[in-house]
Amino acid sequence: MSRKPYIRPVPKTSWYRKHDRYKRYIIREVTCIFIGIYTAILSFGLLNLSEGQESFDLFMATLRTPGALVFHLFALAFAFYHSATWFNVTPQAMPLMKGDDFVSGSLIIRVHYAAWAAVSLVILFSVIVVGA
Amino acid sequence: MSEVRTITMEVLRYRPERDSDPVLQSYRVPCPQEWVVLDALDYIKNNIDSSLSYRWSCHMAVCGSCGMMVNGEPMLACKTFLREMGDTVRVEPLLNFPIERDLVVVIDDFLEKLKSLKPYIIRKTEKPVEEGTYLQTKAQLKRFKQYTLCINCLLCYAACPQYALNTDFIGPSALALAHRYNLDSRDEGYAMRQEMVASHEGVWECSFVGACSEVCPKHVDPASAVQQMKITSTKDYFLRLLGGKR
Repeated sequence: MSRKPYIRPVPKTSWYRKHDRYKRYIIREVTCIFIGIYTAILSFGLLNLSEGQESFDLFMATLRTPGALVFHLFALAFAFYHSATWFNVTPQAMPLMKGDDFVSGSLIIRVHYAAWAAVSLVILFSVIVVGA
Repeated sequence: MSEVRTITMEVLRYRPERDSDPVLQSYRVPCPQEWVVLDALDYIKNNIDSSLSYRWSCHMAVCGSCGMMVNGEPMLACKTFLREMGDTVRVEPLLNFPIERDLVVVIDDFLEKLKSLKPYIIRKTEKPVEEGTYLQTKAQLKRFKQYTLCINCLLCYAACPQYALNTDFIGPSALALAHRYNLDSRDEGYAMRQEMVASHEGVWECSFVGACSEVCPKHVDPASAVQQMKITSTKDYFLRLLGGKR
């Protein structure tokens, strides 16, 4: 008897609705668009800075509009989200061995959070000092 | 003595000689406390419908034969207790593989990919037998031991949306097994595997959904292996740019 394997169709645009773990993944993928746009805005700001005071002042004024503020609040929230989701998988991507054993995953995650807090404090402190 | 609960098993059936599409068939089966999904399938085959086809062998989560979708989740039928489920249990063949018959899927694609990754120890030169065995420290063993636990049950492929969308992707467990040998201090086959591993259908097709590791019944964590291989492949790329060679 000849074989007749059956191939089940995969819905190309709605596959992620089947399971919560896929929905979480799609949320992660979609929200990174905000991070991408924020990076583009930051690069645009640097370009304006290189073009002189007047150009940079105009850029800063644009950032103070309500639309820009709302966008940045979203981008900040998603940046926190992406930092946390990345830190939580670092033990999988970068396992470390010390002696005969693996360093515990929770320690690797905690070190990332600590480094994040330290860098944030340094930047905050620098902004306050430069601002003053 | 308490009465044994009865449940409905909905089984997706496909008989290529008569079905153009798979169809669900329901069976009423008893559900004693200690029964797993595989016991219920055995009950159906032995008492209700001997034409039902499915794979199994060890009945103890070692052989990796009885992977199937249980209520939409890839599971080992021998490790999934019916007492933890409702009154209706739906059983389907593993997703992302062609159905051969009923719950039996075609796994040729996986076997070809696994073979191409050379999942065995490769030596450039074998040392003479008189020189004894290749010794390993406890740490050298620990580095890869987790990946040796893979039983090729393919639940990870059924969970992987990247494999679902593009079956050219080498996929989780084959890559995890390649990583297992790359990490082995006795092995010298890294460069031979790398051509496949670092190809577009290799680790770069993975977007770290992480579903493979979530469903793995042996806690192998293929997602971890793939991310580590992305890092080594990236290092190789930059080393080559700088004129070095791994």
